[in-house]
Amino acid sequence: MSLAPPNFPDLKTDQVESYLHPSVSVPEGLNNNVLVTTIDRLYNWSRRSSMWPLLFGLACCAIEMIATASSRFDLSRFGMEVMRPSPRQSDLMIVSGTVTKKMVPAIVRIYNQMAEPRYVIAMGACATGGGPFKEGYNVVSGIDKYVPVDVYIPGCPPTPEALMFGLMKMHQKVDTQSVTTADWYKREGSAFVPVPHLGPDIFDPRQADLIRAETMSGEAVAADTGGDRAEGGVPGGLRNLGEKAKARIAQAKERAAARLAG
Amino acid sequence: MSDIVAPSTTVAGPLDVAGTLALVQEALPDAKPVSAGPTDYLEVAPDQLIEALQVLRDQGGCDLLSSITCTDYLSYQGRARAKDGPRFEVVYHLYSTAQGGDCVVLHVPVDDGESLPTATPVYPGANLQEREVWDLYGLVFDGHPNLRRILLWEGFEGHPMRKDWHEAYYEEDQKPFRSRHPRADFARSEDKVPWGKNTRYPADWDPDDWQEPVTYVPVSQDPRSRNGAGDHLSTESVVVNLGPHHPSTHGVFRMIVRIEGETVIALEPDMGYLHRNHEKIGERNTWLMNMPFTDRLDYINSMSNNWGYALAVEKLMGLEVPERAEYLRVIMAELSRIVNHLWSIGFILNDLGALQTPALYAIEEREMILDLFESVSGARMMCNYLRFGGVHRDLPAGWAERARYVVHERLPRALDQLDDLLSGNEIVNTRGRGVGYLSAEQLISLSVTGPMIRAAGVPYDIRRCEPYGVYDRFDFDIPTLPHSDVYDRYYIRLLEARESVRIVQQALAGLPEGDILAGKGGYVFRPPEGEAYGRVEGPKGELGFYLVSDGKPNPYRYHIRAPSYINLNALAPMTVGYKVADAIVILGAIDIVLGEVDR
Repeated sequence: MSLAPPNFPDLKTDQVESYLHPSVSVPEGLNNNVLVTTIDRLYNWSRRSSMWPLLFGLACCAIEMIATASSRFDLSRFGMEVMRPSPRQSDLMIVSGTVTKKMVPAIVRIYNQMAEPRYVIAMGACATGGGPFKEGYNVVSGIDKYVPVDVYIPGCPPTPEALMFGLMKMHQKVDTQSVTTADWYKREGSAFVPVPHLGPDIFDPRQADLIRAETMSGEAVAADTGGDRAEGGVPGGLRNLGEKAKARIAQAKERAAARLAG
Repeated sequence: MSDIVAPSTTVAGPLDVAGTLALVQEALPDAKPVSAGPTDYLEVAPDQLIEALQVLRDQGGCDLLSSITCTDYLSYQGRARAKDGPRFEVVYHLYSTAQGGDCVVLHVPVDDGESLPTATPVYPGANLQEREVWDLYGLVFDGHPNLRRILLWEGFEGHPMRKDWHEAYYEEDQKPFRSRHPRADFARSEDKVPWGKNTRYPADWDPDDWQEPVTYVPVSQDPRSRNGAGDHLSTESVVVNLGPHHPSTHGVFRMIVRIEGETVIALEPDMGYLHRNHEKIGERNTWLMNMPFTDRLDYINSMSNNWGYALAVEKLMGLEVPERAEYLRVIMAELSRIVNHLWSIGFILNDLGALQTPALYAIEEREMILDLFESVSGARMMCNYLRFGGVHRDLPAGWAERARYVVHERLPRALDQLDDLLSGNEIVNTRGRGVGYLSAEQLISLSVTGPMIRAAGVPYDIRRCEPYGVYDRFDFDIPTLPHSDVYDRYYIRLLEARESVRIVQQALAGLPEGDILAGKGGYVFRPPEGEAYGRVEGPKGELGFYLVSDGKPNPYRYHIRAPSYINLNALAPMTVGYKVADAIVILGAIDIVLGEVDR
């Protein structure tokens, strides 16, 4: 006696529909026993249905991440409840919270220890761009300054619903990848990210030449670009701006002028 | 389990602050009494500091050195201070755990380049806070046993809390920045720096010549061995590193542990991995802008943090809070205490190996309370609900009924259930009882507050010792437990959560109608010159906010006395001698939140 509903074959067909090969069809009569699909679809399906996150919390967002994993929101519906403390066993790093300069070498090291294919989610405003603490002297304005990020989730902190939406976006991204073009199957694919060092301030080995060129030029760089309000100086460090910044400022001024005129 | 509960609620009476200050003046005629806004303090010369502290401890009865911090008066714009005085002032707040009452405040003026004696021989709890002052202000404490950087790393250039130290993204001293308001000619901060990052390097610095500084960490060097001289067996102790990425450290916290076999023989906490510069940013913000930042301190219970800050600013401004708002504050703060204690119980059990199940039970009830928070403030965790002189919004329709359901039906049962499941559990008992013992005197001398000292039999609770809000109107006990071990620290949280349920029940029943916000509110205002220290009994201990106003729209000094941080003073003394597996539980039972530890 089967407990399956009467339209079980149809339901099953609906479920597997999206994984079937688009053009190769199975002869009549083998329909319920044989499925033809592509390696990519099968592989991506299995990867995204058991994507194990790294058990890794930085700050406030980690609390919401734990809440997402617990009974009310139940991350195991996505096959993601197995949070692994070891980077070797995990596929996804959820950078949940403010990344500080003191912490960044550890994060990059953990990222390097993860096996490919690996993904990174920047959860919350801080991990995305520094958030409310962006100007802080010990705060890294976004983890993407150091490791590549796949999905950004806004919010401070993002609600569990927002995190789950981000995870679904992550799944969508996985679904679009192909083993034939994926970076991690290429010879030069999986590059290690150089671990930043804690010097007088944190520095990225990749930028050593740039830093040296600036520090050796004899000018104190970016040390004190602001004007003092009391002395009526130039606000906002407008002296040493890049071209992009100047263009943005011009645009903003136009917008403001248009607003005033309209 | 009621046989081990000893509810004790009385304190001897409020500390006579003026009389205590007079004692110091009697011993040290040079000490100068100063009045700054709502606070009266004594100005003591650096070479007389130790004597003053000894008088306070031995004659004045101030056994708890609550807070040490520093103010850099370089760019002070108020009128109350002489312009040519010493640049720094180190501030000491002291209390009496036996008597309760207000604080005794000492200021020690120090000029740049001068040093002052360490308070650690008198109050060992000064340890971490003096290291913080050294790290952020560069003041040297002579004789400190371990004066290293604590929140930043060795080799960092400069002392960032000094008023003349500016970061790479620095724009102006005061918000709102003129680039954003009103002209909106903003630019991405990244574009202003050649390398697109929030970093600055000294001139003539060459990254190729840089070498990682080798620093003396008491644990990592100096190998010690207890039985290495044995005749037939030579053993050697090893250093084990826990963290900063470790599932049991409750965040990004690092412990460097030296173990002999399984036994911990030395432990050194290392923090700063979540140091996100609250105080530096806070001194640029307007007063109100800091309110949402306080949410992110102890991010498990934002409502209590709001209250601590609001209390300090209200003291400074002399604001009265309407009665309804006071009740709402009590309700919110006690609900968040329940959230915190449930969470901490769940995670103590996590550390004991009961992986996830108790935590899942605890989080279930937390979600009920977070729904209440969300409907009243708009956010689950970062509520930003309190305002100076009241609260932000009134309750939505039906809120009180839902809250009544939670505190009458759900929470008592949930707490009973946790009690049934856990308190008699054999593993909780064998791994908790007698582990992590430290006597009440030691804990107080290490400046530990909150459930930690109440689990050592000290009935010190600011809600009773220096009542704020309307806590004097409710009938509740301050539970204490006698053993001062991990089990008691677990159980005291359960008992406190029950008391909080009682308070919320009474507050909901007596909730009056009326205004919820005194004064005219407003975004920018200028509290009068002076300084204030507001403290609340946060779920983790005494949460204090030390504020200095120079009469401008931004706080001149904004310091947080974080209970998690200062309770970590006790971590090493509590852990040494126990097994390394116990170190995890002992840390869990202190109940730290890294947002508050590192700020």
